[in-house]
Amino acid sequence: MSAATESYYDRRGLLQTLGRDGLIQIILILNTIVMLGPLVIMFFAAFKTNAQIFQSPFSIPDFSNVANIVKIWTETNFLRYLINSAIVTGSSIVLILTLGTMAAYGIARYNFRGSGFVLMFFVAGLTLPLKLAIIPLFILMRDLGILNTQLSLVIIYVAMGLPTTVFIMTGFIRTLPNELEDAARMDGASEPRIMWSVMLPLVRPAMVIAGIQNVVPIWNDFFFPLIFIQKDALKTLPQGLTTFMGEYTTDWGVLFAGLLLSSAPVIIVYIVLSRQFINGMTAGAVK
Amino acid sequence: MARRLWITALIVPPLAFVALFVVYPIISAFAYAFFQWHGLARGEFVGFANFYRVLFTQPYADWTVNAFTHNVLVFFALMVLQNGVGFLLAYCLWRELPGAAFHRIAVFLPVVLSTIIVGFLWKLFLHPLFGVVNISLRGTGLGGLAQPWLGQDTTALWALIIANAWHMVGFPTLVFLAGMQRIPGEILDAVRMETESEWVKISKVVWPLVAPSATVVFTLLFVGSFNWFELPYIMAGVDGSPHKATDVLGLYFYRTAFGDQSGSGQDFGAGSALAVLIFLFIAIVAGFITFRLRAREIQI
Repeated sequence: MSAATESYYDRRGLLQTLGRDGLIQIILILNTIVMLGPLVIMFFAAFKTNAQIFQSPFSIPDFSNVANIVKIWTETNFLRYLINSAIVTGSSIVLILTLGTMAAYGIARYNFRGSGFVLMFFVAGLTLPLKLAIIPLFILMRDLGILNTQLSLVIIYVAMGLPTTVFIMTGFIRTLPNELEDAARMDGASEPRIMWSVMLPLVRPAMVIAGIQNVVPIWNDFFFPLIFIQKDALKTLPQGLTTFMGEYTTDWGVLFAGLLLSSAPVIIVYIVLSRQFINGMTAGAVK
Repeated sequence: MARRLWITALIVPPLAFVALFVVYPIISAFAYAFFQWHGLARGEFVGFANFYRVLFTQPYADWTVNAFTHNVLVFFALMVLQNGVGFLLAYCLWRELPGAAFHRIAVFLPVVLSTIIVGFLWKLFLHPLFGVVNISLRGTGLGGLAQPWLGQDTTALWALIIANAWHMVGFPTLVFLAGMQRIPGEILDAVRMETESEWVKISKVVWPLVAPSATVVFTLLFVGSFNWFELPYIMAGVDGSPHKATDVLGLYFYRTAFGDQSGSGQDFGAGSALAVLIFLFIAIVAGFITFRLRAREIQI
């Protein structure tokens, strides 16, 4: 049969031509291009001049032209914002893991009246959006005299992070065997000693999960700094980004360089630890 | 006795923290809605007056309905573009063809980025003259389609929805993927004996068995859609421009409570009433969704 007489019905469908796996590969490859394309364009644009961005947005730039990046580094408070984000996120994570592990350990390892209620109390805040309580939180922070300080942010992030952390850690600590604990108790070890030397080393994997689950939303948060922080020297990275994006509106190379520098820390850490990130960030959603 | 003291020492500090900074603010949020506010100072008790104001008096009533309608649209659109596409991608990744590990890392990469970065990036891409979207359309002879995506009422909200889907599609993808990977091999072998049809396999076996994943991503998307704030704030501005075509409850609440672009119109009373209404709506509907979806989950 010649091609000319081939009717519509004789033609093989897309699925038959490519095979099931071929079709799947094409979907995945297209999707990855859609996912990474915008980030590649951003990366290229950070090394271009306005004219180059407008005329050839897809071309590979001269990577030795770092004028835009130098401009962000020297003319804006970028480094300050980066340090602020690191301070706020770091302190929040340390506090969340400390308080969260304490509560989870108490609930999971000891039988006491009301332990179920205590767990409920923590977990109740799991899906409730704390954003909607921003007016009372704002007034509370004002009354405590800590508006416009990094402490206000740390407090909010710990409050936001504790429910999921207690939930994840309690579930994990419950699965630990009793034998080690009982043996240590027979040897006359005190309860704090058992927790610190015997049990905590075993809890580390769950701490990594809980830490990652909290670190991304805290590092990326914009809403609470927007309400609590006005002083430029205290701004976090996402908030600072809005400041210098507003200043360089016509200098597109600098804008893209700003976006590149702001996203680089997260992207690099993610590429190195992608498995932990994926496990951590979906931990609450995957039973 | 020492043991009791030890348990108390473990539990009370975190409990007190949650009580002061989660429970107390949420309860206060309800109480505040029943008072009149003079700037930052609480005035007299006014009953349901604030609620009445935001729901039934102009111009609040129109703004409330307008923003709420947009949230509903955002939820259903993202249900398809984010959760639907996520399910499809998860199904593709599940085959573990060569390169699947790389594709999995790629699809989740935008999820770890700040919404602020994503918002600015797409705002630059969608710029009417210099944005890469319109430049590409003009470069491929489709210049007629080039338009001010964020500047006109008909396209602005959809542009935001697409940007959000790009940002977050990796999340449902990997939650669904984890659900699929938990389906026991024996079930899949049995299905392979029965049918060749991919459609039957998906609709009769895979979809029902990933029901727990669906419950989670549907509920989270619902809560997220009605809390939507950062992306519209960055891409459309606090006023939901153009002409409130992208106004959503999050922006509207923020403007009402903390003032608009010019910093005027700050009203904690109306703001608190809105917060309570949004809060109740989310809690009740999310509870209902979770309850209904849990019922169709099958224990393997």
